[in-house]
Amino acid sequence: MTSLANLSLAAPELLMAAAGLVLLMIGVYQKGDATRLVGWLAVLVMVVAGVLVLKGAGTDAGTTFKGMFVTDAFAVYAKVMVLGASALSLILSLGWLAQEEIKKFEYSVLVLFATLGMLMMVSANDLMSLYIGLELQSLALYVVASFKRDSVKSTEAGLKYFVLGSVASGMMLYGMSMIYGFSGTTNFEVLAEVLSEHQATGVVVGLVFVMAGLAFKVSAAPFHMWTPDVYEGAPTPVTAFFALAPKIAAIALFVRVMTGPFADLIGAWQQVMWIIAVLSMIVGSFGAIGQQNIKRLMAYSSIGHMGYALIGLVVGNEEGVQGILIYLAIYVFMNIGAFAIILSMRQKGRALEGISDLAGLSKTSPLMAAALAIFMFSMAGIPPMAGFFGKFYVFISAVHAGMYWLAVIGVLTSVVGAYYYLRIVKVMYFDEPTEAFDTPRLANRVILLVAGVFTLFYIVYPSPLLLTAQAAAKSLFAY
Amino acid sequence: MLEIGLGHYLTVAAILFTLGVFGIFLNRKNVIIIMMSIELMLLAVNVNLVAFSSFLNDLVGQVFTLFILTVAAAEAAIGLAILVVFFRNRGSIAVEDINQMKG
Repeated sequence: MTSLANLSLAAPELLMAAAGLVLLMIGVYQKGDATRLVGWLAVLVMVVAGVLVLKGAGTDAGTTFKGMFVTDAFAVYAKVMVLGASALSLILSLGWLAQEEIKKFEYSVLVLFATLGMLMMVSANDLMSLYIGLELQSLALYVVASFKRDSVKSTEAGLKYFVLGSVASGMMLYGMSMIYGFSGTTNFEVLAEVLSEHQATGVVVGLVFVMAGLAFKVSAAPFHMWTPDVYEGAPTPVTAFFALAPKIAAIALFVRVMTGPFADLIGAWQQVMWIIAVLSMIVGSFGAIGQQNIKRLMAYSSIGHMGYALIGLVVGNEEGVQGILIYLAIYVFMNIGAFAIILSMRQKGRALEGISDLAGLSKTSPLMAAALAIFMFSMAGIPPMAGFFGKFYVFISAVHAGMYWLAVIGVLTSVVGAYYYLRIVKVMYFDEPTEAFDTPRLANRVILLVAGVFTLFYIVYPSPLLLTAQAAAKSLFAY
Repeated sequence: MLEIGLGHYLTVAAILFTLGVFGIFLNRKNVIIIMMSIELMLLAVNVNLVAFSSFLNDLVGQVFTLFILTVAAAEAAIGLAILVVFFRNRGSIAVEDINQMKG
């Protein structure tokens, strides 16, 4: 008999699904502008969901919904990161909505549903739940990308994202149908069992399609073409959201799919992953060089970061996954801080996004310039900033696995990447100042402070993150 | 008499899927055609899944198909909605007019 107790494993998701519907109703029936109210309630829901996730962390791994949904230490770790990133970027977005005087509460509801989809992705244990989670996330993201609906750029970004995203979903589905047909199951655990005995060619073909779809979702080269356009066109807080939460969820999903059901096919996918990781690092570092728009630059930067994170997946063992998890956590802090600054780039109430607009920031607002310099040094991977350690752990896992070339290429592309990160520092400190920016909102300053302190002082006390990531990686390789 | 087996269904699905992919990448005219091609890809997957499901005597494939049908409907609705707001801003839905951002 299936008991209700089983559902408690999915408590955070159930809460968010119900809360999303309730918030929609509140927004509709609230007299006057509900944007602020619904927004903060959505943040509250994410925080409560985070508490529920952590509360469930004590219990052992378990599956529910007939093995379609799994909760383990890996899922808990990824979910906490996703919820944290979503909540922080939603707080940043609320400030932006107020500044731009956009009175649409739907924004927060859409972000909430996208986050729900991400949690489903992280916990997926069946091709079907994987697909549903991924689509719930993607459909909500298509809409938020084109949220500024009177802007050509924003709607164009949404349209491009929609078309390319749907193609990727279609590819992935075709792969899933092949995997189902040639193995007779969609469940990850059963798949792992079947594939450990016999590996049909059809499954390998399907796996290639699935990998292409997943690589699109993490914006890894050669499936990255949408990223710069969507990042540039989408409203800035949406870009911040895109750069954080969906990336974490997609990487977590990628890791679970590759190391779980397809662990025995590692010979087939390792080479492909190697190429994807190397191409992403190269595209990320060389593509960003000529960019003038800071959002476009962040897009290439995120492609590069995904390449570094995927090194851990190429390695494909516990140490590699641990490296990925640490990398992602540090990535969240660096990026949310950088975007808090990008969202504060406003003169007389007008938003700016050119790199040249940062000229002389060190004179007009020295603290902001110092913070952005910290994030840029960190992203370039210069010690003692946190970003160095993120790169260090993935590179060292590659070296331990004997993949020296991967580590060497990673280091070389980091050097190229350092060029464009340091260019921003140069613009801020050595160019002639333009007009000063408006005073940033309180929420932006608080987020900036927290992210800055973490990035700068991670070196002092690294063990908690290290140990949690280790436990999370271990749970993935338990069976 | 020709026996229609699993291979035939898979071939049809593969042809439909390829047509869908080519429709997206070779079509240089209209976004609506791209959306039709996307739909064609998803339907090819459905043919695949139902064929496998019947061949394997396993219901999971058909359940998956129903999920895909539902999601495809939602996807088409969202895609058309985005296309409508884009048309309002740009005054055109020709593929060559989706060119505000480059690089």
